[in-house]
Amino acid sequence: MDNRRFDNMSLERRAWNIRRKALRMGEVQGQGYIGQALGIADVLAASFFHALNHRPDDPEWEGRDRFLLSIGHYAIALYAALIEAGILPEDELETYGMDDSRMPMSGMASYTPGMEITGGSLGHGLGIAVGMAMGLKRKDNPAFVYNLMSDGELGEGSTWEAAMSAVQHGLGNLICLVDFNDQQADGKATEALARVPEEGKWAAFGWHTQRVDGNDMAAVVAALDAARAEPGDRPRVIIFDTLMCKGVDFLEARESAHFVRVDPDEWARALETLDAGMPE
Amino acid sequence: MTHDSMRRKYEPRQAVPKSERQATSAMIASLAAEGYDTVAAPFGHALVDLAKRDERIVGLSADLSKYTDLHVFANAMPDRFYQMGMAEQVLMSAASGLAREGFIPFATTYAVFAARRAYDFIAMAIAEENLAVKIVCALPGLTTGYGPSHQATEDIAIFRGLPNLTIVDPCDADDVADMVPEIAAHPGPVYARLLRGKVPSVLRRHKPDYRFQLGKAQTIREGRDVLVISTGFMTMRALDAAVQLEKDGVDVGVLHVPTIKPLDRDTILAEARKGGRLVVTAENHSVVGGLGEAVASLLMTNGVTPQFRMIGLPDAFLEAGALPTLHHMYGLSVDRVVESIKGWVGE
Ligand SMILES: Cc1ncc(C[n+]2csc(CCOP(=O)(O)OP(=O)(O)O)c2C)c(N)n1
Ligand SMILES: [Mg+2]
Repeated sequence: MDNRRFDNMSLERRAWNIRRKALRMGEVQGQGYIGQALGIADVLAASFFHALNHRPDDPEWEGRDRFLLSIGHYAIALYAALIEAGILPEDELETYGMDDSRMPMSGMASYTPGMEITGGSLGHGLGIAVGMAMGLKRKDNPAFVYNLMSDGELGEGSTWEAAMSAVQHGLGNLICLVDFNDQQADGKATEALARVPEEGKWAAFGWHTQRVDGNDMAAVVAALDAARAEPGDRPRVIIFDTLMCKGVDFLEARESAHFVRVDPDEWARALETLDAGMPE
Repeated sequence: MTHDSMRRKYEPRQAVPKSERQATSAMIASLAAEGYDTVAAPFGHALVDLAKRDERIVGLSADLSKYTDLHVFANAMPDRFYQMGMAEQVLMSAASGLAREGFIPFATTYAVFAARRAYDFIAMAIAEENLAVKIVCALPGLTTGYGPSHQATEDIAIFRGLPNLTIVDPCDADDVADMVPEIAAHPGPVYARLLRGKVPSVLRRHKPDYRFQLGKAQTIREGRDVLVISTGFMTMRALDAAVQLEKDGVDVGVLHVPTIKPLDRDTILAEARKGGRLVVTAENHSVVGGLGEAVASLLMTNGVTPQFRMIGLPDAFLEAGALPTLHHMYGLSVDRVVESIKGWVGE
């Protein structure tokens, strides 16, 4: 039943592998939402190699925990995680974002095994997750539904409709992961609609709420464990504070932007920088 | 190749030969037109010019000012710009409120999010009361390779059904710049499809005295064999195709229809009545509910029945990929327009 794989590779190393794969995809395309991928890699590693119950050789397995990518533009990050988890073959990495690829720039369910929904029109994931969590309960299926969303999506009204709905329907099998990188297309999330501390909002809506450093692996793992272990039927949210471009110092230092500029000759340098910090 | 090579779940379409596969361009990339000069951010600069003369102008965006060229306005007039965050529904409701208080709000987002997410708010808070809100949206039709989440292939169909709303689909940088004061002067709500970034300047190369006029269709090029009735950037494609077809002895006229609603019925009818030409509509939009069907219905109800064909996007959710690949695949490239017209002329 429980498919979590406890192998010798550390979660830190898994996260590093995910970062590396994402950078290689960016290199192929000469662009990509690399800042987001580097920032969320720790959460993805902890999800796919610790928290999620899944079967890499059977991504549609009925018993799997569902992992929804509401933020379609983060697809580069999820592809890297799906490759690292053995759900997608590594040799497809080079097709990222190309014509006829199964890995388009924005994630879509019909293109990619392991991509549960078509995201990209932001603010959809949580509502769909509500319905899937309702469906799993109806089927007496003990799986969890995870929805990965962004701080920008906190501005969409649909997010809060779904948040209220999840409480009304007692969806203790729903875990919402919010990447709080304090960035959206035009600037900082905290200078747009996310001005009031988010954890207070979610708690007031009736959610089991945690806020942790999303680039601290121990904290990420502990939060995922606590979200799963929490008894009762309150939906659970974890707000992860993350740093865009985490792991590549010269990109971290660059002025924060939704679409981080990486010059053609910088991909190799980024990979070298990352390689210098390879964990055990 | 056509759209019936639709993807099956998880299967790569394999419709593009490996050596021709291209990378999807960035969301911020501009639409390319070979051989024409470009103008940077014509919408943003035109709005700044207008706002200097008219204090009622304000700008709002739903976290997409940089991607709709409204950042030019936001930088020049920060106190007249409202960042609404990524919340398209309140973007429209708030624009309605500002219009009620006497302002002329220009609200920007991507076409998909205005048409799909905010439709009810546009319909009831703006159109029903005929308020002077100007909704200006980037990524109309097929202008990004990001797939259906960002491809507004049915925005005109959605908005054509909405009473009171004027719909504009400019062709080039001059159209975009010149439409700004005209739509602001129009007393009611307007939905405008935006070309952003570096926008080609095309129409005046073909007709030096051309100038956008709201509600007016204008002949850009005369031609005896074929009349193309086109809107948006498909007028550029049609003009380039006409130049190529001339070499093959096919004389193609181009009637540019930047205002899709209300249609310039008189001009379109008069042109379509001019003897014996094949009439072809061309639009960057689904063949369902766009310019083509609007023109077809106009001609039929007036007993004008030329040979008639439509160039537009198929009634399908489109693929992701590089824009040039997709334009070719779905028939919007200059080469494909030439090929289609040649085929129809030879029928
Ligand atoms: C409904 C909707 N509105 C607007 C957009 C355009 N858009 C794409 S990403 C983005 C920023 C959203 O914030 P976030 O996901 O936090 O951005 P990031 O952290 O990746 O910079 C916007 C506005 C969209 N995809 N969907
Ligand atoms: Mg963000």
